[in-house]
Amino acid sequence: MSSSFIVRRVVTIAALALFCLVQQRARAAGQWAVPPPASALTIPAAQLIQPEEMNRVLQTRGAEKPLILQVGSRMMFEQAHIPGAEYAGQGSQSEGIQQLRGRVAALPHKTFIVLYCGCCPWNRCPNVGPAFQLLQGMGFTRVKVLYLADNFGDDWVNKGYAVESGR
Amino acid sequence: MRRALTLGLVAAFLAASAAGSAFAAQNLLNQKAPEFTLKDLNGQSLRLGSFRGKVVLLNFWATWCAPCQVEMPVFAAWQRQYGPRGFQVVGISMDDDPAPARHLVERLKLNYPVAMGDERLGARYGGVLGLPLTFLIDRNGVIRARFQGETDVKVIEFRVRTLLAQPRPQEQSQAR
Repeated sequence: MSSSFIVRRVVTIAALALFCLVQQRARAAGQWAVPPPASALTIPAAQLIQPEEMNRVLQTRGAEKPLILQVGSRMMFEQAHIPGAEYAGQGSQSEGIQQLRGRVAALPHKTFIVLYCGCCPWNRCPNVGPAFQLLQGMGFTRVKVLYLADNFGDDWVNKGYAVESGR
Repeated sequence: MRRALTLGLVAAFLAASAAGSAFAAQNLLNQKAPEFTLKDLNGQSLRLGSFRGKVVLLNFWATWCAPCQVEMPVFAAWQRQYGPRGFQVVGISMDDDPAPARHLVERLKLNYPVAMGDERLGARYGGVLGLPLTFLIDRNGVIRARFQGETDVKVIEFRVRTLLAQPRPQEQSQAR
């Protein structure tokens, strides 16, 4: 057996071992990683609530009121948000997803929840998709996402629906 | 007398409630651009009024806003192209944290000043409740156009060129 054959064998085995190690590490990291941002377009139409309907729910006396969570930018939330809404972290960021997870962790899975963002045009919003997927994955069965076609300003504030500002 | 007082109090209460519940969405077109002084991401003072005499493109953006990142390199190209004619881009990041904003500014090699905005500045500009949001301000400091959401940059460029073609303030006063 020539020495070059042995060297080639050793190099091959070392390369395979290194490959396996990298794969294992990547899998372990992926287990805890935040999933890549899902487009708002992945949310089924049946799970959307239109602004008119949302406003009706809020205005109707005796109607079940949802837990409203804003999953976009805090700065936008502080400028204006739906009365009673809570800031729940930015859906496109890992800290935001953790914040949302923490907010809903103790809630019954039948809780009526409405998520919204309105940072950008709907097909460009990076926040509502991951937030919706998280709640669905956690087993929440009554989650709706407020459909804001262009942004919160145009599709909610400028339509004259109620808002409040501050934290 | 007592009845008038009661009615007055009720009216005042209703007015106050309405003011509290409705966000004052303003139309700033053809009004003076609200003045501001901020520190840019390099720590330099950024005062809007210091660009008087130039056509200013004031762009509100954020790192998580995909359409914003399409526009920003175009604005940087315009800064190079139209800067010598008196054009100035000013970027305001509406990110909650400056670190990602600074990173993106470096990655896109932006050649114009960028500062961090806040909710007070947003409110003064009629509410920054959707991005991107861009204002075009003429050489006299008056807002002449407002573009919200994904906009064809050619439309914005056409307005920029139109404003650049208008006479500078000193030329206007000499013509009088």
